Amino acid sequence: MTDFIAGAAAPKTSILGVSAKMRRRNAAETRFKAYGIFAITLSLSVLALMLWTIFSDGLSAFRQAKMTFPITLTAEVLDPKGNLNRDEMAKITTVGYGKLLAQAFEAELKAKGISTEGVSAKELGALLSKDAPGVLRAEVLANPSMVGTTQNRSILASGRVDGYLKGRVTRETAERDNQISPAMLDLADRLVAAGILSAPFNTRFLTSPDASDQRPEAAGLGVAMIGSAYMMILVALICVPIGVAASIYLEEFAPKNRITDIIEVNISNLAAVPSIVFGILGLAVFINFAELPQSSPIVGALVLSLMTLPTIIIATRAAIRAVPPSIRDAALGIGASKMQTVVHHVLPLAMPGILTGAILGLATALGETAPLLLIGMVAFVDNYPAPPMEGMFDPATALPVQVYSWVTRSDPAFVERSSGAIIVLLGFLFVMNVTAIILRRKFERRW
Amino acid sequence: MKDQQIEERAVTAHTPRITARKVNVHYGTSHALKDVDVDILANTVTAFIGPSGCGKSTFLRCLNRMNDTVASAKVTGEILLDGENIYDPRVDPVRLRAKVGMVFQKPNPFPKSIYDNVAYGPKIHGLTRNKAELDEVVESCLRKAALWNEVKDRLDAPGTGLSGGQQQRLCIARAVATAPEVLLMDEPCSALDPIATAQVEELIDELRSQFSVVIVTHSMQQAARVSQKTAFFHLGNLVEFGKTEDLFTNPKDPRTESYITGRIG
Ligand SMILES: Nc1ncnc2c1ncn2[C@@H]1O[C@H](COP(=O)(O)OP(=O)(O)OP(=O)(O)O)[C@@H](O)[C@H]1O
Ligand SMILES: [Mg+2]
Repeated sequence: MTDFIAGAAAPKTSILGVSAKMRRRNAAETRFKAYGIFAITLSLSVLALMLWTIFSDGLSAFRQAKMTFPITLTAEVLDPKGNLNRDEMAKITTVGYGKLLAQAFEAELKAKGISTEGVSAKELGALLSKDAPGVLRAEVLANPSMVGTTQNRSILASGRVDGYLKGRVTRETAERDNQISPAMLDLADRLVAAGILSAPFNTRFLTSPDASDQRPEAAGLGVAMIGSAYMMILVALICVPIGVAASIYLEEFAPKNRITDIIEVNISNLAAVPSIVFGILGLAVFINFAELPQSSPIVGALVLSLMTLPTIIIATRAAIRAVPPSIRDAALGIGASKMQTVVHHVLPLAMPGILTGAILGLATALGETAPLLLIGMVAFVDNYPAPPMEGMFDPATALPVQVYSWVTRSDPAFVERSSGAIIVLLGFLFVMNVTAIILRRKFERRW
Repeated sequence: MKDQQIEERAVTAHTPRITARKVNVHYGTSHALKDVDVDILANTVTAFIGPSGCGKSTFLRCLNRMNDTVASAKVTGEILLDGENIYDPRVDPVRLRAKVGMVFQKPNPFPKSIYDNVAYGPKIHGLTRNKAELDEVVESCLRKAALWNEVKDRLDAPGTGLSGGQQQRLCIARAVATAPEVLLMDEPCSALDPIATAQVEELIDELRSQFSVVIVTHSMQQAARVSQKTAFFHLGNLVEFGKTEDLFTNPKDPRTESYITGRIG
């Protein structure tokens, strides 16, 4: 033992071996390390589980069942007058094109010698997506010279066929389903064998607008991605300059008094306000009072900016405060003005912190759903917004809102799509984080 | 009056550059500097000595209004630079600080290259017309600060990568580069070895031909070597101010005597 007796000479102790006190200290340290490792393992496995569910559900959204066969665009049906006049041709509705498609499909089956036993003509047509005639019509109207030719096209298969290829639809579920029958699934098997039915990469998932409940196979993220991208650009343009300027003013110029104290407290409070409150504010101020168009990226961006600004200000102020005061003294001491001190010395040193804060704020804004629901961004939007800047005023949706609205739909095909949308959202976040890291590297001073 | 007597005792007919009268500094409730009257003469080195915490740095920072940056600091009294009150509301502290340069107690180079550290002042004040002139200024200032030989091959290296003493000399070079009329140096040699100290003292002596220099030092020998006038501070009071040789050989105040003989400190 190493107990001292007052006044007596300390007994000679060895530094070899461990005392009881040391052992207790070491045990505490080991325990602490174990807690840490446990916590990290736990969070990593939860993260892995989350990613695994999202990817296993959502990756299939990037492939889509398609039927490839030649389509004869008969002139008598599509252009009865024979003058290739667009206005005349526009009178032919999708019903006409639907018939054309069904005929072409049937003819292809006959030519390839694929039996259609147990499948009625109507059911045969139901193997194709209800979206297909509209797509073909738009293509022909855009390019009337196609009339009279035979075109090889990949046509979207119906959502049920797609589900069958991906394992979502089975013969048991088909028994109870009025949109598909086991006989149709047998036919689908033969179509796959004949090379007509396949599931290639689905670019339309990334480019198409949303589609109605009956056509999950046609639904895409195009409008949502444009909406989210517009909003992120606007939020960055609004928040970063205002946030950085406000932080610089508060940290470097503002007198330290009651008013600035109150401002400081309120900025922290604002950061803690639930985001839906900002949605109500946006509805009242930007839509009802300022009469900006509903569902538009500009309103979404303004609301998200209100929400993000406090976060950016807090992060920027912390970054500015972390710059050693001696640097400011040095610059002021040789006659630099306050502004020169800030721009030449403080900002470059604070830049990595400011960037991290800004990207973090933007990432939160990107994933924000609730306030966007309130300003109508959940609406079904069929048209792409125009290119900026006017497109900022067109109706659009956003990625997280699209996830939300797909999850609420009844057709199970939308489950896969919402997980796919989450993957795209995560992809956006990944790109933003990589940008942040690259920018930080660029600004970080290694001395 | 007392100050005039001091002036009369000065050997050469120096004119005062800075005249401080009844300067008081409060940091919040603590009274750090009490009724200080000092004249800084042209072409003279003035040394401030005194025990730690007696207000030397505080007074120095009043002379170029660096205390403006300390929110709790309140300066009262009158400080004239060439007859103009530097605390006049019309005075731009930025212009004042270009005239009254400062070397801080702790070396504080910018996290930039050695070259940029020295070139920053001339750049923002537009003292040079082209790169060649700027190069010349940088070299001559680094030479004056006795740093040139050590860094001439790595002017692009970060200033913060130098040793503590080298950093302090870099800060001296940086302060000299703005061509101030008065140079305030807060313990410039506390981190330097005897060789560099000797070089800096030589620089101070050289600078005296053009400007006034005020130097805070804890080394009595240094004060005796470089300065013509010495001020002794104690607990916020200016105890004694006079010609250096008088103060060291014939101190009037018992506190000065005990300090220079090493009995208080
Ligand atoms: N920023 C500040 N806020 C509050 N009090 C301060 C501040 N700076 C200095 N003081 C106080 O003012 C007094 C004088 O400090 P000053 O730095 O001028 O001493 P000094 O003479 O330079 O000492 P040293 O030789 O140790 O550098 C000290 O009591 C110090 O605690
Ligand atoms: Mg000091």
